[in-house]
Amino acid sequence: MANLGERVLAGDIRAASRLIRNLEDGIPDTDLIMKDIFLKTGKSHVIGITGAPGAGKSTLTDELIAAFRKKDRSVGVMAVDPSSPFTGGAILGDRIRMMRHAEDKKVFVRSMASRGNMGGLSKAVGESIHVMDVLGQEVIIVETCGVGQQEVDIINHAHTVIVVLVPGMGDEVQALKAGLMEIADIFVINKADRDGAGKLYKEVLSVIEMSSRNCGGDGWTIPVLMVESVLEPHKFAASVAALGEKIEEHHQYLVANNLIEARIRNKTAAELNEALWASIMQPVLNELNAEGEFEMMVDQLMKRHIDPYTLAREIAGRYMKRSPCGDGSSADQS
Amino acid sequence: MFTPDLLDKSSQLRRKWEDEVKRTVEKHADQKESWTTLSDMDIKRLYGPEDIKDMDFARDIGYPGQFPYLRGNQVTGYRGKYWTFRMFSGMSTAVETNRRWHYLLQAGQTGLSTAFDFPTLMGYDTDSPRAKGECGKCGVAIDTIDDFQDLIQGIPLDKITTSMTINPPASVLWAMYIASAELQGVPLDKIGGTIQNDMLKEFIAQKTFMCPPDPSVKLISDTVEFGTHHVPKWNTISISGYHIREAGSTAVQELAFTLRDGMEYIEDATRRKGLHVDQFAQRLSFFFNAHIDFFEEIAKLRAARRIWARALKERYGAQDPRSLWMRFHTQTAGCSLTAQQPYNNVVRTAIEALAAVLGGTQSLHTNSLDEVFCLPSDSAVQIAIRTQQIIAEETGAANTIDPLAGSYFVESLTNQMEEAAWDYIHKIDDMGGMVKAIERGFPQMELSDAAYKFQRQIDSGEKTMVGINKYVEAEEQVNIPIVDIDESIEEEQLRRLAAVKRSRDSRYVAECLNDVLTVCKKGDNVMPTVIAAVKAHATVQEVCDVYREVYGEYRDPGIY
Amino acid sequence: MSRKLRVLIAKPGLDGHDRGAKVLARAFRDEGYEVIYTGCHQTPEMIAAVAIQEDVDLVGLSCLSGAHNYLFPQVTRLLKEEGADDIVVMGGGIIPEQDHAALHEAGIAAIFGPGTPLDAITGWINDNVKPRD
Repeated sequence: MANLGERVLAGDIRAASRLIRNLEDGIPDTDLIMKDIFLKTGKSHVIGITGAPGAGKSTLTDELIAAFRKKDRSVGVMAVDPSSPFTGGAILGDRIRMMRHAEDKKVFVRSMASRGNMGGLSKAVGESIHVMDVLGQEVIIVETCGVGQQEVDIINHAHTVIVVLVPGMGDEVQALKAGLMEIADIFVINKADRDGAGKLYKEVLSVIEMSSRNCGGDGWTIPVLMVESVLEPHKFAASVAALGEKIEEHHQYLVANNLIEARIRNKTAAELNEALWASIMQPVLNELNAEGEFEMMVDQLMKRHIDPYTLAREIAGRYMKRSPCGDGSSADQS
Repeated sequence: MFTPDLLDKSSQLRRKWEDEVKRTVEKHADQKESWTTLSDMDIKRLYGPEDIKDMDFARDIGYPGQFPYLRGNQVTGYRGKYWTFRMFSGMSTAVETNRRWHYLLQAGQTGLSTAFDFPTLMGYDTDSPRAKGECGKCGVAIDTIDDFQDLIQGIPLDKITTSMTINPPASVLWAMYIASAELQGVPLDKIGGTIQNDMLKEFIAQKTFMCPPDPSVKLISDTVEFGTHHVPKWNTISISGYHIREAGSTAVQELAFTLRDGMEYIEDATRRKGLHVDQFAQRLSFFFNAHIDFFEEIAKLRAARRIWARALKERYGAQDPRSLWMRFHTQTAGCSLTAQQPYNNVVRTAIEALAAVLGGTQSLHTNSLDEVFCLPSDSAVQIAIRTQQIIAEETGAANTIDPLAGSYFVESLTNQMEEAAWDYIHKIDDMGGMVKAIERGFPQMELSDAAYKFQRQIDSGEKTMVGINKYVEAEEQVNIPIVDIDESIEEEQLRRLAAVKRSRDSRYVAECLNDVLTVCKKGDNVMPTVIAAVKAHATVQEVCDVYREVYGEYRDPGIY
Repeated sequence: MSRKLRVLIAKPGLDGHDRGAKVLARAFRDEGYEVIYTGCHQTPEMIAAVAIQEDVDLVGLSCLSGAHNYLFPQVTRLLKEEGADDIVVMGGGIIPEQDHAALHEAGIAAIFGPGTPLDAITGWINDNVKPRD
């Protein structure tokens, strides 16, 4: 295992992709590798891209890769697709849009299935970003679908968040009000040749004007960029290049105004949370599940023989006493 | 269609028969509960006058050579002339294909049809890194007009019509044909043939693409315009459902998407070029698949003619009756053939060919039994062409025109096909046309769903393929002679191309290519400059690279 | 957590006959694998690079143009060069029997021709390909 970490630090793509797989699969003791990697990260600019399915995010990412490569930046991409809730399988369809970069050694694209697990995905994405960071990817794009809590958690790993909208997808603006407004640094209206693009543009602008972030937040004026249809390749490339410029501008703004620290602090706190969960909660749950105790406790609860609060304290007492840093006082049976 | 009296009598008799069926089924259940066509259209146990009572004879059926052309365009049917026996062929080098062509003409074939290798089809030269390993594998490799000259050696261009299955670089290959005719001294109004030149079905199904949909259609309209003014006997687009079906569509999807593609080309040429529909509609031809469900295919082909005639007349205001004719070539279904027990393929192909003939095809390719393995051998091609001759001259199938007209079942199924096709056509209209529908991935997704469903039906045994999921031979020894393409032909072709590049006037080539670039940027018709470029020995890829530069490159969006 | 099988379905070469590849991608998802599809018109170099970046356990190559004798061994050769020959490679399409031996020799673990039921392919995978540890 240690060998894997050394290989990653030496820039071995194959080792890096294996390490990401281990993070994704939740292989035990991967943290022993990550602890060495973490200390060497923090150099990349992480960009989050989200939006509804069919909004054209992968095609946009593909062209952004091209734009960054023109400036000789190395690029990493983490593309998350949903798993089938029925079979657990997944078609990871983002990669196909980025195939033209496959032979470019300075582009590393990784597809990931959501696997429907709580917390785990966001942790795996966050750690994979570190792997790409340590490999030397100057820009890392995290692409995810939708606006649920899980996606917001993932996108919180980013310094710059882009929300992609397309005309004619109905409840877009509702979704804006519901939460994307909180996270977007840049709005993109994709497929701007479609009917309703102008109307959507105005709607987004008015939502931005009403938003608290615009008035009092970090002072960054959230821009709304129109991106032309991919079927007009020259126009498309030009408008995505402009988006690339805007992304860089945002990064510079964060740095110049000492805002990047706040962003990184949130992300870092989340990472600590995730690490705590993984090293405290996960082993406990694993043990309870392995013995079948968890299910038995659920049975007890169903029959109202006991309540979940007492059970939780009982289990906390059991483990915290064994823990080297716990004194057990928080779990007394008062 | 029928008098009230007849319908009344029929429904009395039908009730009696239905009672009897009920009693019988109670004692002996049917073999299966539902009976459907290959494409999952429900089929009744029996059809009668009730099923076609709403038809109007003059409006919906009529006579051959009369609107709505359900019964064929030609007033004399196959009596005046059988369909064209057109076998698709092309292998390795131009010289080798030319040899096969002379063999086929001698064997009684009446038209030529060219298969190109994949680099040519995609607009790459043999010396492109993308072409490695592909040269001559699935057809003939053409890099320059020098190869083209070898291909048509000894073929009188004013007597034999040639069909070229070429799409993104269609304008370039057609330019080579035109330039060759000029060099042979044959006037352009004497040459005839077809270029497939149907990009829409490439985006939908076959995935041989180069530039995005809109400029692709623009290049097609350039050829339509040029043909209208200078090469009046040339069929400039062969609007193809064949590949849509092979990619897994249903019969209705094949019909609907193909016809809607045709409508898109009409709309583009009239809008972009200011042509009147009657100026070019006669030069549009179609290409359908003849699959294994016999009646479904016949109904599909009959419906195609009627839909097209109605669309041309009612949607596009065509005045010339010949504009209303749907002319089509048919090929038996490659995807119905099996590698298992391959001699069964002869039977399948014969039945499919018969359906095409009863559906009134004007031209036919019959697949060879070994096409699941490789390019067809001479002996397999011979059986395939004999199959057509047997249908034409032994079976009597061609004796009378549209022999199944008036069949309660066939007419009803034809109506059902037409109705379902119009539903799709209107849906695509609502999306803003076929280019827009393709951009949204609509037809691609429909096909992908249908293909997956069909595969599942085969795997579950719900549908039968003999030798695949039923009547399987455990220890099967297949002894089919394999036609192997010699790997050395790539080297030979590379040498030829290098020699042409060495001997031509490269300054002049660059000038010609620059002219193509200028014309592309201005949005003018590319044909004259492309003809000049190929005459100067510009390669297929050199011209296509100009297209890619101006219009951009289209990459597989992988919709599934 | 347990390992999931990750599969790359790839179309090397210039042919666009993607019906089989796409049907297989869906079948694999339904079998519970995680599937990445390259789309048509890929070079062996692109396929090998993607297989490595995506850390797949299996690559399925589909080719109906007759160029398999060149393209398939190229992919296995490139994987080997990168030390990734523990990735299983299988092939499908129109592959004449006479070519099988040489392709097996070149590291193509299995070849599936037209008419192979989906269950036969997933059955072979379940028996022969395990997520690599």
